[in-house]
Amino acid sequence: MRALAVAARVLAQLRRDPRTIVLIVAVPALLETLLKELFAGRSEIFQHVGAPLLGLFPFVTMFLVTSITMLRERTTGTLERLMASPLRKLDLLAGYGLAFGCVAAVQAGVVSALTFGALGLDVAGPKPVVAALAVANAVLGTALGLFVSAFAETEFQAVQFMPAVVLPQIMLSGLFVARGDMATWLRWISDALPLTYAYDALAHTASDTFDARFGADVGVVCGCILLALALGAATLRRRTA
Amino acid sequence: MSAVRVDHLRVVRGGTIVLPDLSCEVARGVVTGLLGPSGSGKSTLIRAVAGVQRIAGGGVDVLGRPAGSPELRARVGYMTQAPSVYTDLTLRENLRFFARVIGAPASAIQEAIDRVALEEHADRVVSRMSGGQQSRTSLAAALLGSPELLVLDEPTVGLDPLLRRDLWNLFHELAHAGATLLVSSHVMDEADRCDALLLLRDGRVVAADTPDAIHARTGTQSMDEAFLRLVES
Repeated sequence: MRALAVAARVLAQLRRDPRTIVLIVAVPALLETLLKELFAGRSEIFQHVGAPLLGLFPFVTMFLVTSITMLRERTTGTLERLMASPLRKLDLLAGYGLAFGCVAAVQAGVVSALTFGALGLDVAGPKPVVAALAVANAVLGTALGLFVSAFAETEFQAVQFMPAVVLPQIMLSGLFVARGDMATWLRWISDALPLTYAYDALAHTASDTFDARFGADVGVVCGCILLALALGAATLRRRTA
Repeated sequence: MSAVRVDHLRVVRGGTIVLPDLSCEVARGVVTGLLGPSGSGKSTLIRAVAGVQRIAGGGVDVLGRPAGSPELRARVGYMTQAPSVYTDLTLRENLRFFARVIGAPASAIQEAIDRVALEEHADRVVSRMSGGQQSRTSLAAALLGSPELLVLDEPTVGLDPLLRRDLWNLFHELAHAGATLLVSSHVMDEADRCDALLLLRDGRVVAADTPDAIHARTGTQSMDEAFLRLVES
């Protein structure tokens, strides 16, 4: 299958770049450790933020990595070669999602082991669900990164999309300020952002309250992945100016 | 019957008219050289034939179908001007990927490596190769799957004369085996290596004939002189 060929190629490229692999795994591990030590006297804060951070970090990483990789594909002409070939757009997008989903699984696995093990983070709900949500968020990050890369002409611009697209979503997700305490217009914006639902699902897992809302959250995240992939596909043109 | 038929093609890029109204044909089973100075519209014409250029008017037929048709994608090999391969992979890894994309058998990989004479560099990461090796890597990817039509944008640029001769020999070998080649170059010296020529200037066809016929018509020895004579007349 051609999507598997794309995934294998993306992973082979990543394998040539061990420093990036180390950064992908080590940075979230370091941040979790920092968080734990920072709130050493008030462990309830680490307990509150630890799991969402674990679940949202892959989103940020994969968004960045994907948007840069795809931008390179556009600027070096490999995308033009692929668009002249029998490869379907869906194969390309699915290949990327698959490859970075695998990377996210490794990232989530290692960082979960550290955070739930050595750092002593405790969640009321099942820990594998936190890791699974982390992988889903990573795929969402990949899908959004593919889409956003179409609007960047240089790697400098692509990097700037991270704070522009990701930070507001994290700020408005409910992690820092409960959504009920937000001004109405901010809550409306929050309602429209996919990471709000990603955070909510993680919070439900942390507190072991798997109600209908949890199901809806997961549904929205999956729907957003498909929507972002469809938007990404729309930016892939067989013919360009 | 022609392999490529370009009919009143008009291309506008970024507000500039690159090809105002271009018509030409490329014969089957021969090596046609697309020659002209840089900025004459060679790459744009090549891209239109490969089916990746947005066009403003007219049409391009390739192997009897509109250029860019899905059923042409496995039958046309396209080499872009810049080496469009993954520079962080080896030659062999690049070819393995592109072979799977176009559905070529695994045996095509070694064949392509041999054709561009890069066996000893096959397991080298492309970014560590010289410019000429990178461009031959890109050419190898276009050769995969033995396409019926090869459109190659400046495949010999920057190569030493020996390698250039070898590549032109390869092009003729492929043509003898039945393939059609459209090869662009801005080096007029390469004209005499082609079976047929399309001379381009400012998006217009200056001449379309065999090298001998062009020399005879202009009464010149070198293609540079012939080009001048054609443009100034």
